[in-house]
Amino acid sequence: MRALRRRRLLAGLTLEAGVPLALLALWWTWSTRAGLVFFPPLPDILRSFRETWLAAPASKEVLPSLGRLAVGYATAVLAGVGLGTLLGCSEAARRSADPIVQFLRGIPPPALLPFGILVFGIGDPMKVLMIALVCLWPVLLNTIDGVGGVDPTLRETSRVYGLPLGTRLAYVILPAASPQIVAGARTGLSLAIIMMVISEMVASTNGIGYSILEAQQTFRIPDMWAGILVLGVLGYLLNGLFVLLERRLLRWHRGARAREGV
Amino acid sequence: MLGVLSLLEALTRTGVLPASDFPPPSLTLVTLGQQLATAGFWNAVGQTLAGWASGLALAAVLAASLGMVIGASDLAYRAIRVPLEFLRPIPSVALIPLAILLYGTGFTSKLFLVVFASFWPLFVQVLYGMRDIDPLAMDTARSFGLRRLERVRHVILPSTLPYLATGLRISSAVALILAVTAELVIGSPGLGKEIDVARVGGDGRLMYALIVATGVLGWSINAVFSRVERRLLHWHPSQRADGGAR
Amino acid sequence: MRHHPPLLELVGLGKTFGEGPGATQAIAELTFSVQEGELVSVVGPSGCGKTTMLRCVAGLLAPSSGEVRLRGRTVVGPPPEMAFVFQDYSRSLMPWLSVRDNVELPLRHKSRLSRRERRSLVEDAVSSVGLGRFLDRYPWQLSGGMQQRVAIARALAYQPEILLMDEPFASVDAQARADLEDLVLQVQGAYGVTILFVTHDIDEAVYLSDRVVVLTRPPTTVQETVSVELPRPRDQVSTKELPEFARLRAHVFRGIKRQMEVDQGEGAEGHRARLAGHLEASGSTGTPP
Repeated sequence: MRALRRRRLLAGLTLEAGVPLALLALWWTWSTRAGLVFFPPLPDILRSFRETWLAAPASKEVLPSLGRLAVGYATAVLAGVGLGTLLGCSEAARRSADPIVQFLRGIPPPALLPFGILVFGIGDPMKVLMIALVCLWPVLLNTIDGVGGVDPTLRETSRVYGLPLGTRLAYVILPAASPQIVAGARTGLSLAIIMMVISEMVASTNGIGYSILEAQQTFRIPDMWAGILVLGVLGYLLNGLFVLLERRLLRWHRGARAREGV
Repeated sequence: MLGVLSLLEALTRTGVLPASDFPPPSLTLVTLGQQLATAGFWNAVGQTLAGWASGLALAAVLAASLGMVIGASDLAYRAIRVPLEFLRPIPSVALIPLAILLYGTGFTSKLFLVVFASFWPLFVQVLYGMRDIDPLAMDTARSFGLRRLERVRHVILPSTLPYLATGLRISSAVALILAVTAELVIGSPGLGKEIDVARVGGDGRLMYALIVATGVLGWSINAVFSRVERRLLHWHPSQRADGGAR
Repeated sequence: MRHHPPLLELVGLGKTFGEGPGATQAIAELTFSVQEGELVSVVGPSGCGKTTMLRCVAGLLAPSSGEVRLRGRTVVGPPPEMAFVFQDYSRSLMPWLSVRDNVELPLRHKSRLSRRERRSLVEDAVSSVGLGRFLDRYPWQLSGGMQQRVAIARALAYQPEILLMDEPFASVDAQARADLEDLVLQVQGAYGVTILFVTHDIDEAVYLSDRVVVLTRPPTTVQETVSVELPRPRDQVSTKELPEFARLRAHVFRGIKRQMEVDQGEGAEGHRARLAGHLEASGSTGTPP
């Protein structure tokens, strides 16, 4: 019996490792053989990846992009949580803010970009501001929801024991709202990446988005694909980072939810 | 809401916010009203919606069929799990230059981008739905001798429908984003393109009016799909007040 | 004859929900007092506003008439000398804090204490409820009975003068309930804290208390106060075997049953439903007793 299970486990692992490898090998051979301009051989792409993106010139493109993303995102999260907490504490404030925020949230990020260019020009500040603007809404909305939805029993416990505001915020309100806030931050992250890329494609002279588009326009196809790969890796890493953070921050939430199901 | 608008109105008219960059909301609304009467506006709306709708529909069909087939088989699911984790986080906007290469600057590029972006959330949700099917329900159905098609109708579909609804809510928003992005960056016909044209032409009022229109579009799409999702999920144990992103 | 003033006094306490024709008078007029060191239970028919009363006493709800006095001072908001144990323990403990941190939370702003003093208070309280080994666990890792113990430990560490308990063992399984009842007795003996205990379980009320206050159905008043002269220390088996226990129990039971019969004749269902609606609207957390 144990031998069977071990065989199954081995088979499963082989599958999970083998399939991606097989797909890569497939891509390698097909792209090398097919000789299509638009789908260059994988080795060329990888070479371009290594030379253009991992080497020194990379810092000229990758770092500015990441910098703008980081500053914009951090600003949005801080502002969203701060403002959201304030609004979430008052029922009246929530109700009056809701329609405005809901509407602003519905504007797709690309529609806002021309506004940004018109009013703020095409420099770094505009990009950071735009990134912050688009990811503000999900964070804000979710924070308002989370803070407003804190369990009444928890609130009463705070009142009974006379917890001061600072303690209440740090130990009761914000932790209670954190599952919602994290969900909002997750949505915000993907919007931030979108805005980062398109702002660089439309109004920039550096950055990952800019480079990919430029590579396409000057017909350096392997470089274009390498850039796409970079964005893919970036997306993967950021997502993974987020999952790790979420796992740590919300361990209690999973435990408590599991308990409720009992 | 009215308070904010009147504040904006006051600020822009008194010149605190420069009028060239920030036209008063009243004028923006007037311009919007005027636009609603022009054919060109509705043309643009139609083009945006056409790309959005066809892309979303195509993605839904692909995601549902692939999702059901793969989700039904443990083996297939395990096989694609790792590649999926790598492909999913790729920002669809990264493929804009590829779209230009392959399809130029017309409707097809937009469609390509919308389909690619909308596919993943839908696919993942259908997979979750398939994996979440109560094995007891399946066994009961089989023991009653239900044929495959009937099993699909009575067990699989009701179980996966809520997940599909969630996927549609997410994807409908993503699809709109990519549609407008394609219009803005590539220049495919639609609202995104019109907004930029207005900006380049220096017509700030028109630009804002169109942005508001796009916002209304986005908001209504979200409202519709959220309602559908809520309806379909209200009985489902996964529907909880906490931890749900809006 | 007691000649020191009571610790807690309810003077003509009344609570009406809503206004105009739809108004429901949950509590008409409650007057009784609790002496220092006493354990007083409050029982009554379903819907008689026991929880409402307790929340008024706690300062969580403002009375419509009359007042609550703690050491002679009128209660307008949750007083610092008072701790409260809720019926729904799972929602009153913070799931993101360990047992230790949960118990320590109310002490953080008591500036008179040094960190070491706080820690030892916490550890003592948690040990006294028998959970010394679980200091670093999380509430959701514990059973229902254990969670309620944590809530009790939290109340104890706070060193209140008076402890209010709102049907604390209603949501706990029978075996744990017996253990928890004994814990209350033990803790009261050790800490000397005054306890006002609301319950629907008559056996529990008689077993634990020095006095049992029996309430009428709404509009609620005090029907009678029964003095429980059973010997201490009490025991789940021997005390309950005493004929006096049975007599007290029957007496209280009959009192409540008589009211419920009057209940059935007068459509109190509708009254109770309205009351429940008002309680929900005012943000009451417990289910109406």
